[in-house]
Parts: sequence; structure tokens; C-alpha cells
Amino acid sequence: MPNKKTALAFVALISCLILSMGGPALAGDVLKMASTTSTANTGLLDFLAPMFQKDTGIELQFVAVGTGKALALGQNCDVDVLLVHAPATEKKYVADGFGVDRKEVMYNDFVIIGPKDDPAKVKGLTVIEALAAIAKSKASFASRGDNSGTHKKELSLWASAKMAVPEKDSWYVQTGQGMIKTINVASEKAGYTMTDRGTYIKYADTLKGNPPLVILVEGDKVLFNQYSVILVNPAKCQNVKSDLAKKFSDWITSEKVQKEIGEFKLLGKKLFIPNAK
Amino acid sequence: MSGSLEYILSGFEKAVDLLIHLEPETFSAVLATVQASSMSMLASLALGLPLGFVLGQTEFPGRRTVRTIVDTLLAFPTVVIGLLVYTFISHRGPLGGLELLFTLKGIAIGQTLLALPIVVALTAAAVEGQDPRLKTTLLTLGADLRQSARSTLWEARFAVLAAALTAYGRVVSEVGISMMVGGNIKWHTRTITTAITLETGKGEFGMGIALGVVLMVLAAIVNLGLAFLKKRSES
Repeated sequence: MPNKKTALAFVALISCLILSMGGPALAGDVLKMASTTSTANTGLLDFLAPMFQKDTGIELQFVAVGTGKALALGQNCDVDVLLVHAPATEKKYVADGFGVDRKEVMYNDFVIIGPKDDPAKVKGLTVIEALAAIAKSKASFASRGDNSGTHKKELSLWASAKMAVPEKDSWYVQTGQGMIKTINVASEKAGYTMTDRGTYIKYADTLKGNPPLVILVEGDKVLFNQYSVILVNPAKCQNVKSDLAKKFSDWITSEKVQKEIGEFKLLGKKLFIPNAK
Repeated sequence: MSGSLEYILSGFEKAVDLLIHLEPETFSAVLATVQASSMSMLASLALGLPLGFVLGQTEFPGRRTVRTIVDTLLAFPTVVIGLLVYTFISHRGPLGGLELLFTLKGIAIGQTLLALPIVVALTAAAVEGQDPRLKTTLLTLGADLRQSARSTLWEARFAVLAAALTAYGRVVSEVGISMMVGGNIKWHTRTITTAITLETGKGEFGMGIALGVVLMVLAAIVNLGLAFLKKRSES
């Protein structure tokens, strides 16, 4: 059977391909980080990771998930360090002993965006007034609905507006997806949503600076969005590389890197403002 | 042309660009896809072909039940497979010490679970569809189980190949397992499908379509290669 030979050659070829991969090329140290979709989708982490490797020789591997899942990955000892943005949840996380050494890194702010013609007339209102106006007009509102930092923030805003989260109302849509996908849902429905400013700028940049949804509510103090770095607690997770995690935490809060974060821009606008102490 | 349709056109343009220039990020995703899917296909065929033969050819108590279970597993959602594998290989899981999370091997384990029921069910169907005289002949010639498995699977090779291709199609196109178990880590576990998810999440729809085209080119190469082997074995 001559074809058997061909088949054998084929199998050998595939086996070679697989064996050739080996491990990740006996590289140096690897630090695993769980972060949020906003830091990855804006390109900030792709910008910082090579810089970190150059400065320290450590390779930063990051997974971009919602803050809820990022914290869970840390709790399960699957990553070494976290870069997240849900301060209240983070403080509880540290108090519960899952994380240590929480340090503030940078902030941006949340904004409420909506169609240019603004059917619910929220432009210039405070957040609480704006949410009430959207609910009253029954204009569409897209919520992340995914337990992410942004979602947690939105839920807290409904609470401060003394309104129940309108989960059952047909104008309130929970996408369960990332920020840009949620903005796209709002856009398709000519409705409103809340987003961090960094992701909004990235969205506007992708649409060549002419997006259908524009910023309508901003500058309200409650819209502050703080990002922090947290080390996974080595006392709970003996496998984590807490020395490398510490190096990263020191590095990202160092003067030099803080300046770089401040210079990370799209459409000429800053996406994150460094504020490490 | 209206705005959104431009994504498709620009997607094709970008795909040609990516392929011609062997853009390193794309190449890394292609390599990750090829490696993970090759490992899972080898494992699922090594396990699935004998099991499929046994299920299709031999009689044993509870065979019909097993058959129903295997057929039901064809509908196993990839996200659930991803979750199951994650809970086993997470550091807190029973296999946590093996360091399989966020690796291509971890993805391959999940994809093997995905492909196995397909290989078993379709191989069993292929074997059942054989001329019944083959079984009798093999028995008369005094073939043992291994020998008759080899001959039967060889006789049914085109149907078995179709089973493998079906499983392969499901494996290279899945995203739930790769995302949950692999973590979409750049240069390491970013496969073509998780890269598509990321680009879509970034709103870069043209790039998402471009990567989709790249995946189809990869599938075409595999299919052309197998069609060539098939032709040779027929001549």
C-alpha cells in the first residue's frame, strides 16, 4: 500500500510541527496578569508590556477579562497580579485576604454617551438627573450586565439615584459583553450607555473621529474611575511569583512609567491620567 | 456602498495583506491554531477511532445507551467544555499542579473533548455502514479484534476521513475553549478565533473579517492536502 507511506509521512510532518513548538522557548521570567477589557482594548497594555520587558527582562502575559473575572482568577491563584477598576470591591477583596499591597495607578472617568439628537435631553445634566431622564423617556440604555468594573459602577449610580435597576424594562438592555460591543449595541438602538472615557476615545478613533454617539454627561464627581494594581496574596497562593508581581507594581507606579501612561494618546487625547502616590 | 459593507471589502484586502507580508502577530495566531488543533486532532483520532470501531462493530450490553450518550455529547457547548477544563486545571483544581492553564496544551485538552464525540459517533456510523460480509470474512480468516479494526477502518477510510474533517472543522472554529482555557495571551495562546473576538471587541471589524479569511485559507490548505492523499489512495 504505497498510500500508507504518504499517510505516514503526513503524520510525521504533523508530529514535527507539534514537537517543534516545545515550551515557550526557555524565556526568562514570566509574570501573569489579569486585567480588564478597557486596558487591553485601548491598546495600553500592548504599549506597556514591551516596555516592562525591556526594563526588567520580565515577560508580561495578560488576560483581559471583566474585573469580576479578573478577581476570581486571582482568588484561584491562576495569575500573579491584577490591574482592575472597582475600588469598593477591591478593598473588600484585600480585606478578605485574597490580595495584598493595593496601589492606585491611574484614572480616567466614566461618561454617559448617546445619540447626537439626545432624545431624553440629558446633555449637561448631572448623572442622577440624566438617569432619571432616560428612564422617564424610555430611551434605550445599554448596560454591560457582566459584573465588570463598569457594570458595578453603573449599578451604584442607579442606587445613588434612588432608583431600582430597571432590569425588567424593555428599554434597558443588558449586553453581557465588553465595552465596545456594548457601545455598538447602544449605537444600533440609537440609545445611551455609560463607558469609561478611554474606551470611548478608542471607539471614536476607530470610527475616524466621527462616531454616532457623543459624550453628553461628564465631569460629575461620581464618574471618577480609579485603576489599581493588586498583588495576589502569596500567603494564600504559594505558587504566585510575588517578587515579579512586586516588581511590576513598583514599575507601573514609578515616575518614568507614570509619565508614559500620561503620554499614551489616541486622537490627541489622553486615555488614562496617572495618579500613583 | 453603504458604510458597514465596507468592512467586508476592507477585510478581504487586509487578509491578503496579512498573508503576503506574513505579519508576525497573525503568523503567531496561525501557528497557535495549527499547534493546538494538531494536538487535539491526533489525540481525538488516537482515542476515537478504536472507540468508534468498537461502538460500531461489536455487540456489548448497554451499547445503545452509550451510542445515545455519544450522540448527545455532539451538542456539548464549547463554553461549558472550557469551564469544565478550567475548573480542573485552575491552580485550585485537581490538576492545578500541571500548569496547564493559559497554555496551548490546555486548549488542546478541551478541544480533544470537543472532537472526541464527533470522531467516535461518525466512525461508528462509518463502520456500521460497511458491507456486512467484511465482518464475516474477517472472522472466517481468524482476524483478532486489532486486525479486524485495522482492516475495517481502512476499508471505511473515506468515511473516517470525513469524520476527521468534521471534527477538525469544529476544532479550528471554536472560540469558547480557547478563550476560557488559553486566555488569549498575545504571542502564546492567541489563536485565530480568539484574535477575531479581540478585534471585534476593539471595534476593528475589518481586521476581524480579515482574520476570518485567514482561517478559511488555513482550512482550505488542510482540505486540499487531504483531497490529494485521497486521490492517491484511489489510484
